[in-house]
Amino acid sequence: MEPSEQKAVRGVGHSVRRVEDDRFIVGRGNYLDDVKLPRMLHMAIVRSPLAHATIESIDISEAMALEGVVAVVTGKDLEAHKLAWMPTLSGDTQAVLATDKVRFQGQEVAAVIAESPYVAADAAELVEIEYEPLDIFVDPYKALENTETIIRSDKEGQADNVAYEWEAGDKAKTDQLFAEADHVVKLHTHYPRSHPAPLETCGCVADVNGATGKATIYLTSQAPHAHRTLFALVAGLPEQNIRVISPDVGGGFGNKVPIYPGYVVATAASLLLDAPVKWVESRSENLMSTGFARDYHMDGELALTSDGTITAMRCHITSDHGAFFADAQPTKFRAGLVHICTGSYDMQAAHITAKGAYTNKAPGGVAYRCSFRVTEASYIIERLVQNAAYELGMSPVEIRRKNFIKKEQFPYTSCTGFIYDSGDYDASLDKALEMLGYDEIMAERDAARAEGRLMGVGIATFTEVVGAGNSKEYDIAGLKMFDSAELRVHPTGKAILKLGVQTQGQGHETTFAQIVANELGIPPEDIAVGHGDTDNTPYGLGTYASRSTPTGGAATAVIARKLRDKAKKIAAHLLEASEGDLEWDSNKFVVKGTDKSVSIQDCAFAAYTNPPDGEEPGLEGVHYYDPPNMTYPFGAYAVVVEVDPETGEWEVKRMVAVDDCGVRINPMVVDGQIHGGLTEGYAMASMQYIHYDDDGNCVGGNFIDYLIPTAVETPKFELGETVTPSPHHPIGAKGVGESATVGSPAAYVNAVLDALQPLGVKNLEMPVTSGRVWEAIQAAKAAAE
Amino acid sequence: MEVTITVNGRTHTKSVEPRMLLVHFLREELGLTGTHIGCDSSHCGACTVLVDGTPLKSCTYLAVMANGRSVETVEGLKQGGKLHVIQEEFKEQHGLQCGYCTPGMMLVGKALLEENPNPTDDEVRFAISGNICRCTGYMNIVKSIQAAGKRMQAESADAAE
Repeated sequence: MEPSEQKAVRGVGHSVRRVEDDRFIVGRGNYLDDVKLPRMLHMAIVRSPLAHATIESIDISEAMALEGVVAVVTGKDLEAHKLAWMPTLSGDTQAVLATDKVRFQGQEVAAVIAESPYVAADAAELVEIEYEPLDIFVDPYKALENTETIIRSDKEGQADNVAYEWEAGDKAKTDQLFAEADHVVKLHTHYPRSHPAPLETCGCVADVNGATGKATIYLTSQAPHAHRTLFALVAGLPEQNIRVISPDVGGGFGNKVPIYPGYVVATAASLLLDAPVKWVESRSENLMSTGFARDYHMDGELALTSDGTITAMRCHITSDHGAFFADAQPTKFRAGLVHICTGSYDMQAAHITAKGAYTNKAPGGVAYRCSFRVTEASYIIERLVQNAAYELGMSPVEIRRKNFIKKEQFPYTSCTGFIYDSGDYDASLDKALEMLGYDEIMAERDAARAEGRLMGVGIATFTEVVGAGNSKEYDIAGLKMFDSAELRVHPTGKAILKLGVQTQGQGHETTFAQIVANELGIPPEDIAVGHGDTDNTPYGLGTYASRSTPTGGAATAVIARKLRDKAKKIAAHLLEASEGDLEWDSNKFVVKGTDKSVSIQDCAFAAYTNPPDGEEPGLEGVHYYDPPNMTYPFGAYAVVVEVDPETGEWEVKRMVAVDDCGVRINPMVVDGQIHGGLTEGYAMASMQYIHYDDDGNCVGGNFIDYLIPTAVETPKFELGETVTPSPHHPIGAKGVGESATVGSPAAYVNAVLDALQPLGVKNLEMPVTSGRVWEAIQAAKAAAE
Repeated sequence: MEVTITVNGRTHTKSVEPRMLLVHFLREELGLTGTHIGCDSSHCGACTVLVDGTPLKSCTYLAVMANGRSVETVEGLKQGGKLHVIQEEFKEQHGLQCGYCTPGMMLVGKALLEENPNPTDDEVRFAISGNICRCTGYMNIVKSIQAAGKRMQAESADAAE
């Protein structure tokens, strides 16, 4: 393809400006709270102030007496319709409105439906609930030891607080390699409870039409099709009568993958009241009750030979799920894909075990900007590798190079069973070190140390696994993880592309049009991209786990190619040539060796006006793509920090991020995704934290206590790239939305630890606050005296 | 209570509950849904509007407090069918992703540029520090505001010639 033609078509590789921006910059986005329907009622939820208590009585009389209140719903009301409990996406159950007892602070107990949101909030205050407190467990280790107080007393046969147990890898071989090891490095660390906190909270407008039976549910949903099916299964509504519309979504980051009790109550209320019901979370409700992330206590170990070769890894995880196991994990993988924790390193064996605990905390464990626990996996290995370097007296660069899976080893089968599709880890690290000016920076660090300053350099070289499925192994609640695209090319050569995936800011309306442009030669501005409306898009599992490009993007490329094949038949008819004599050139078919051609637009017109004899008219089709494997994006991140020894404050001086996400569809959008991910990685490393006191009170239930970086704290990023295409993806793309969140926390923490290394500080827990750093410095000084 | 508030140049007189927040007045009474709600506690800035030219968090400001004042929202940026330079630059510099913080960011940026047409990176970062973005990492927002400032300066220089 000539560069000029490629530019005209502006397919893959062009920083096309985003079409969705046109509505957002003028304030004409259509987010959930912007949906307003005639006769719409408003719902407020009454929540438990206690973390664990039986419900003795609920008195709704005062609330009902308030003018403007239409109904007050309790768990007993839902029980009558068999809706008091619902399944979670991880095969557990969750209370919709509590009937027996409350299990965490903020749990849904009753709901008020009123004519205005102000009245609903007033009436919620008037619902009187008597509780009898029970013993509270906020520490997963204590909860697991305990068999007296069973948090999930609702579950038949549940005699403890264990949510699940899971393991992967080869225990015997791992044990043997550890027994033979010259050196073992150990690290116990906590990946703290965090919350995705998209700027738009969760909510819904449920509109069940009593006349037609049609349930239209506007939902802040990252997975509208899966949610439709689950609504059908939970609420018993016929699926053809359910339409889930995920309008513009103000950020998701995993928070909008699960189904929440509020959605179910609002839908039930709409059904019973025959009026639309809107429910929008407050920020506190969002932080205290919906989809938290992480909360993994990890014991990691590496076995090494004396020359620094990693032979094996062990990792045990104690996972705190709160009151309900409400992750969204593939059925086979209770701890997600955490067994990717061998990372970028070639080792002989690994053994991973995980035990999930029920505690009196909010439910969840969602993958926050992360493909099923890959973030925690990446963190533990990258921390362990740096510790190993220190303990063996090697440089963190040298030990990585020594153990990297080499370029020629791909496709590489890891000892926990993943087949890494492609990679070039040395090239990625080389590039990061070159951008950083590694030797100069290390000299500067050493000079700073000589002056008594605390400067540190941290590295993380991560490998992700994203883009689930294949559908054989991966599912959500039984729904197989494929995805789809439907492409309709109209007579005038303009097209509509409809996706099973959905966008929450990733820019699909632009980038997926570029994929079509690349394959069919129709310019992106001539392609409208539809998504998020289950009545008008083919079935798909949704957007999370960096899966849109690996699955939906692949489906888009394949259907475009299928239509191109059909267009070729039409072109042959129009040109009175045989198909074999035609060649595709960017946006037209040319008769080889001549200047005779027809454009894709000519073919589209003919598909409806002059189809060849015997050929099905039209130029439309749908493709369901079941990926043969997942994709394995990777990268090398390097962070330079300086720590103030007096206050413990640390400042990021440099942040270099080299990402390899395969082929980049829209480089501008890719860079934007990486900027955002690096910021959320920094947020987790430095400040974001949902904590509970011993009484089960949530500390971090608003933006006063739950800290999020502003522009002032956020580092300035320097981005670089290498491109190693995925060999199995139709256009070689791997997905990029989560790489930076996955890879960067370890780089930041490693940098601070490197700065404190001269003092002998071995570990810091995230969030690495100035207080924690200061305490570590004081402890190290005291130990040295 | 009756309030008279000028919004984007149009004067509205409405009877409102004394406790009605300005953001609800804009969204529910006037249907101007470009102003968003993100935190309820004036920390995130999604609800930022300009009141008499000054950025203000409309989720913790009563509609009655705006009585007699002039409010500018995102819907007021485009004038005479022409986008404001700051709108064009947010698109050009990829200063937005999900779009939820964007109205507040653009209004704060506009207010900054009126006082300081050529802000440094740090000056922009300080100016937008009351506005949270969860998607962009701020770098392209800073670039958008700076690029808008440069263009506004160039355009006013052209106009002066």
